[in-house]
Amino acid sequence: MKQILTQKYTQGNPAYLISIIIICFISAVCYPFTDFIGYRTVALILLFTVSVLAMKLSLYPVLLAAVLSAFIWDFFFIPPHFTFHVSKSEDVLMLAMYFIVAMLNGVLTARIKHFESLAIQREERVNALKLYDTLFNSISHEFRTPIAAILGATDNLLTDNSKFSETNKTNLYQEINTAADRLNRLVGNLLNVSRLESGSIRPKLDWYDLNELIHTTINQLETELKSHEVKVEILPNLPFLKFDFGLLEQAIYNIIYNCSIYTPEKTLIHISADYISDKCIIQIQDNGKGFPKGDLSQVFSKFYRSKNTQTGGLGLGLSITKGFIETQGGTIKVENTTGSGALFTIEIPTQANWGGDFSGGFLQ
Amino acid sequence: MNNPTILVIDDEIQIRKLLEITLSANGFRVHEAGTGKEGQISAAMHPPDLILLDLGLPDEDGQSILKKLREWYKAPVIILSVRDNEDDIIQALDNGANDYLTKPFRTGELLARIRTALRLAQNTENVPLIEHGNLSIDFTARIVKKNGEVLKLTTTEYQLLTLMARNESRVLTHQFLLKTIWGPSYLEQSQYLRVFVRQLRKKIEDNPDQPKFIITESGVGYRFIGGEK
Repeated sequence: MKQILTQKYTQGNPAYLISIIIICFISAVCYPFTDFIGYRTVALILLFTVSVLAMKLSLYPVLLAAVLSAFIWDFFFIPPHFTFHVSKSEDVLMLAMYFIVAMLNGVLTARIKHFESLAIQREERVNALKLYDTLFNSISHEFRTPIAAILGATDNLLTDNSKFSETNKTNLYQEINTAADRLNRLVGNLLNVSRLESGSIRPKLDWYDLNELIHTTINQLETELKSHEVKVEILPNLPFLKFDFGLLEQAIYNIIYNCSIYTPEKTLIHISADYISDKCIIQIQDNGKGFPKGDLSQVFSKFYRSKNTQTGGLGLGLSITKGFIETQGGTIKVENTTGSGALFTIEIPTQANWGGDFSGGFLQ
Repeated sequence: MNNPTILVIDDEIQIRKLLEITLSANGFRVHEAGTGKEGQISAAMHPPDLILLDLGLPDEDGQSILKKLREWYKAPVIILSVRDNEDDIIQALDNGANDYLTKPFRTGELLARIRTALRLAQNTENVPLIEHGNLSIDFTARIVKKNGEVLKLTTTEYQLLTLMARNESRVLTHQFLLKTIWGPSYLEQSQYLRVFVRQLRKKIEDNPDQPKFIITESGVGYRFIGGEK
């Protein structure tokens, strides 16, 4: 009941106004035809109207509609007209019945809606718990796997390591190294996600050379891109653009990193950039397998993992990319190209500066 | 020369232990301090040749320790911190840090930075000539040569290159470069800097897209790398 009461206040006045207007409108429409259809039919039409209102509005506006329609029916339709007096005894009965049915209608529908919303809430809670469980499992899995690798390797190296060959020892050290790298990347991604969620990122816009940014990013990924072919196509006269270097760099880094991880060796990664109608457009395309068709809409969702990828990773990278692009007012989309492979397109509205305005001796 | 002394100011025992092992194995003498206060006392009592400073100390913020140290301490200070956002890095460099490494760091990288910082600290007087691989800068004759050929540089290009080369291996922030070369009223005109970095790279780098001399430090500034000596 408490819930129903609060609904009354949250719904506010529009609901009351709507029920008054609709009842009056329907009555006015019926009025000229009373002689043809009979005033008792009008009662049914009004009852029907109250039922429809009950499906849409909360309890009190519906009760208002019920009472109002009862009075209107009595005053305008039951003979003698324009008085609340009812002459025939069957009409008295009819009016009383009308009143009760209309009221019941409102109350019952409200209760049904109440239980319905409870059921939906319960279902949502179950779903949230399920999501939380999966999330928790995958996060703990992502953390524990590299930790297990580190502990396993160090155990071997610390206790009686004479039985390991030098090569195997080096491999164990390598394992520790890889695991630590993975943990570091994981923490970085989780931090970035929480920075995005908290809305604490303020882009620091400045004039930058997009060509420099893209090459800096690629140079950072030298090891990962060892067995891939990278082609960069940027107009030599591209203007300086205003963006946040760190954010855009990380955004592009995550895309290219993904390309390097999820496409086979020798895959061509093609990166191009342009400035068209006040927008900086960056395209990153590979000729790998592309995304499964049904997945395209979820690629940027948090914790999205393509079904046909090897294990490892939380599926945060591309959601961070999207977040970092959007904090700069930009958009990103992905599609599968006609041949094969994925094509990412980033568009960021930004100012351009051709750097040609060097008055005086600056070019000296 | 005696083995250089390095003071490590870090509250994490694990990091201090790792650094102690790494540094002493590489011929450095190591002093340790677990708090900012201890660190400042140690630095004053036995001035080290270099300080490794953590920013997140329990008793005092690393940035303010850095400022206080810089009032009297002239030798290199390298920041080792988990904070990796550009603002912290820029602030530390502005407060007088010679270099900034984020945790987790690679010990190889750390040793290289320490050695460069120590080497540069010794050459306090301005050397007349710098040679790095196929690039040579003659400060007295104001001549820059690449592969033995004289490069035609504009005055601004020459100023920018020599400013960076004189501060080899140090990250020079965008703001510092703009202020020094163009003046304080040009702090917002970062496009000037981009133009000249682009032009300089075209002239001095073998491949301007994979620069070996002028390295971009994302969102912070530029670092001139001299390469092996």
